[in-house]
Amino acid sequence: MPEARRGEPLSQHVLLIEDEPNIAEAIRFILSRDGWRVSHEADGSAALERVRKDRPDLVILDHMLPGMSGLDILSALRADPETVALPVMMLTARGRDREMAEQAGANRFMSKPFSNAEILAEVRSMMGR
Amino acid sequence: MPFNLLVVACLLYVVFLFAVAFIVERRAQAGRLGWLRSPLVYTLSLSIYCTAWTFYGAVGYAARSGLEFLTIYFGPTLVFVGWWWLLRKLVRIGRQYRVTSIADLISSRFGKSNTLGVIVTIIAVVAATPYIALQLQSVVLSFGVFASATPDGVAPPDPGSTAIWVAVGLALFTILFGTRNLDAKEQHHGIVTAIAVEAVVKLVALLAVGAFVVWGIADGVGDIIARIDAADLSAWQVQPGRWAGLIFLSAVAVITLPRMFQVMVVENDDEGHLARASWAFPLYLMLMSLFIVPIAVVGLDRLPAGSNPDMFVLTLPLAEGQGGLAMLAFLGGFSSATSMVIVESIALATMISNHVVIPLWLRMRPAAAAGDDLRSVVLNARRVAIAAVLALGYGYYHVSGGSAALAAIGLIAFLGVAQVLPALIGGLFWRGATRVGAIMGLVTGFVVWAYTSFLPSFGPGAVLSDAVFAQGLLGLSWLRPQALFGTEAMDPLIHALFWSLTLNAIAFCIGSLLTFPGPVERLQGAAFVNVFEGSVGPQRWSKGQVEPEALLTMAQRILGEEEALSLFQSSAREQGKDSFLPDPTPGFLNRLEAQLSGTVGAATAHAMISQLVGRATVTVEDLMAVASESAQIMEYSAQLEAREAELTRTAGALREANEKLTQLSIQKDAFLSQISHELRTPMTSIRAFSEILTEGDLPPEMVTKYGRIIHDEAKRLTRLLDDLLDLSVLENGTVQLNLGLASLQQMLDTALTAARQTRPERSFVIHRDLPSEAIYIKTDADRLTQVFINLISNARKYCDAAKPELRISVRQRAGRVTIDFIDNGKGIPKESQSLIFEKFARLTDANRAGGAGLGLAICREIMTNLGGSVAYLPGQGGAAFRITVPLRLEKLAA
Repeated sequence: MPEARRGEPLSQHVLLIEDEPNIAEAIRFILSRDGWRVSHEADGSAALERVRKDRPDLVILDHMLPGMSGLDILSALRADPETVALPVMMLTARGRDREMAEQAGANRFMSKPFSNAEILAEVRSMMGR
Repeated sequence: MPFNLLVVACLLYVVFLFAVAFIVERRAQAGRLGWLRSPLVYTLSLSIYCTAWTFYGAVGYAARSGLEFLTIYFGPTLVFVGWWWLLRKLVRIGRQYRVTSIADLISSRFGKSNTLGVIVTIIAVVAATPYIALQLQSVVLSFGVFASATPDGVAPPDPGSTAIWVAVGLALFTILFGTRNLDAKEQHHGIVTAIAVEAVVKLVALLAVGAFVVWGIADGVGDIIARIDAADLSAWQVQPGRWAGLIFLSAVAVITLPRMFQVMVVENDDEGHLARASWAFPLYLMLMSLFIVPIAVVGLDRLPAGSNPDMFVLTLPLAEGQGGLAMLAFLGGFSSATSMVIVESIALATMISNHVVIPLWLRMRPAAAAGDDLRSVVLNARRVAIAAVLALGYGYYHVSGGSAALAAIGLIAFLGVAQVLPALIGGLFWRGATRVGAIMGLVTGFVVWAYTSFLPSFGPGAVLSDAVFAQGLLGLSWLRPQALFGTEAMDPLIHALFWSLTLNAIAFCIGSLLTFPGPVERLQGAAFVNVFEGSVGPQRWSKGQVEPEALLTMAQRILGEEEALSLFQSSAREQGKDSFLPDPTPGFLNRLEAQLSGTVGAATAHAMISQLVGRATVTVEDLMAVASESAQIMEYSAQLEAREAELTRTAGALREANEKLTQLSIQKDAFLSQISHELRTPMTSIRAFSEILTEGDLPPEMVTKYGRIIHDEAKRLTRLLDDLLDLSVLENGTVQLNLGLASLQQMLDTALTAARQTRPERSFVIHRDLPSEAIYIKTDADRLTQVFINLISNARKYCDAAKPELRISVRQRAGRVTIDFIDNGKGIPKESQSLIFEKFARLTDANRAGGAGLGLAICREIMTNLGGSVAYLPGQGGAAFRITVPLRLEKLAA
């Protein structure tokens, strides 16, 4: 199903850290259809290990996660030299988290619910496409 | 030397003193005292201590008892060197409270008790009488010396008539200058200056005689020392007991003698003078005593045996043919005697008029209190009192016949006034001292002194019979006047000193300890004992001259800068002045006082302006008024404090409420935030998948799959909203309960069936004890069933055992039913057990089935509404919940 519409030799890798299975399913569908390679992790406490292993080009990070919160994961990523510059988009279902997310070092911030076009445009612009 | 010349010299000297007193009095009235208010004049006036007794008697004393006469100088020296401890306080109190005499001081200290004033007055008069007689005697003796030494045809005057003339002359002089006018502070600048002049004459005369003896008769200092060594003065050796007693006695006398109190405290113009006097007065005493021993030794050597050593100061120059020097010595002795009599009679007259005559007068004629004629009454009372005091002195002289040695009479007088000491010291340093104690001490001391010292001084058989001397009063041997309680071997003076002051002090202490001071006493006691605390320093305001600047400074402190300035400016305009400082006219002062009264109270305002203007005295009544104002202020501030305490409590309650509200607000925010999350999450899926579906171009199985997701999430949203509404209704207590009898068994059946929809794929083994469930409960069956469904569904959701089991057990006790739901899973971690009934307290999302975490919160609310409870049962192996419901729920009062 992934197809390199714009002719990249190697499709870029997005790691989606989201505990709601239906939301994860929707984002995976939208990004895959646009030619991204998408992997998924539902458990907050396993997320960091997953980043280290998968070495994604971009991370979409939910705010409320079981095990470890999105903000804690983001802080840990920014504290690690390897991932200090890793583009991260944060998702939240609560209204007032933008400031905290930006302070923690999120590159983008999206409130749920979002439109598919919106999230796609943000991911593309983050990756310079 | 002709006797007439002596009389003329005397008269001229008196006229000279008149002139000095007159001029100074005039200057004082004009407010131009200048150097006359200097420490020098003050110190010289203190020399009133040295009377004729000192001038003539010291030599006699030395001739009889050796160096013992020095004790009379040591006592005052010690007191003045240690002035900081007592004299400073005495003078400060005297100035601050305008004390007019030592009787006034004692009386004010103990609550303005006139009884005390009268007692002290009586003691002072009785003790002073022999002393005044002593002065008359010395003048008469000195006249007699001259008369006998000059047999020039003029008959030597009769001693009795001489004494009368002297007494009358002194009375006239004293009346003329001591009662010319009434000064609020009882100060007599003219007389004080005359006394200072006499002090110089005394000193110069004695030094001149001394110098003549050392360098005129003897061959200088070396020779005189050799003569002193050779002389056979009787008591060269020191008797420690008697010396200590005499030093103590003279130290006490310098404080308590009415005339000393008059010059030291009443006539004091400036506290600073005391510091100067503290060394200058001892120096004066030292100079006065310098040539006493040489004069005594040479006198004993040169003059015929049997000569009266008390008159050596006169007879030595006369014998050597030094008429001029003898005249100077005579004037010195005359000065000593007259100055003492004048000041003593003024002091006594003040006491008599203030504490005896005026109170009596006012009692007899109460209407006179308001009238103006009181001034003349006071002045006339003083004049009569002065005459009476001198008459008493003359009477004593006449009765005693001038027999006793000068020094002995002096010491008896000292001991008499010393009886005031316990009340004085106690009053100044002990707040617990009371009026009753003071009266008891004074009366006791006075009686003992009279019995052991004063009455015996008339000689055996005169007042006290020989029998009393020998066998004691009423034949009681322990009451012998000179051997009280069997103390036989004591020196009579020391004996009297010891017993009178000891019994006095004991009576004073006992009386003070046994009685409680009245309000005025307490006020005065505190004011006197703590006179240095918080008091203003000595004022420098001359009479009637107040600086408007000072008034303004004070007014600003009380009224505030703006208001004070505007008051002063408007007053200045009314006076037609350009500057903003008005003249301190009576009208302005009244206006200012009225303004100040509004802030600090009338009495305080009056006292403050009086202080600055420096003319009115601060009376006890003023102080009482200030005190009662202070009491009101304190009461008001106590009320304020109470109100403040109430405010603090209210503030505390408000703070608590606020904290609760803040807490609630935080909870509300958290709740809204949670709701937002719970609503947005399904909406996100619905939106995303509906957009995907709208775009089309999907295989049919995907359409079905995504359509189902949308459906599930929409149901989840609905359920969430239902739960929220349910919870809100339950929490608000607005829920409608449909009470009725329902079978517990049926309700459980219904619940188990309904819960089967949750994870229908899992097969649960349910353990029930049906007989125990055969109970009819009066409750809302639907609500209770809802709780059962919730608990069973939770078990189905979260029980992680491989072969899940659920045990339902029912028990009845005391009108209540408990239903336990226990599964065989892992249970709920201990730290989470207290959280599970809170809203959104979903523990783990691992096995979620779309719940928002409101289930148990709703259960808890339902059970509260049903009059029961739901609780987690720890330690049951798996998750265990216990429902408790009342068997018969009655409708609560709406």
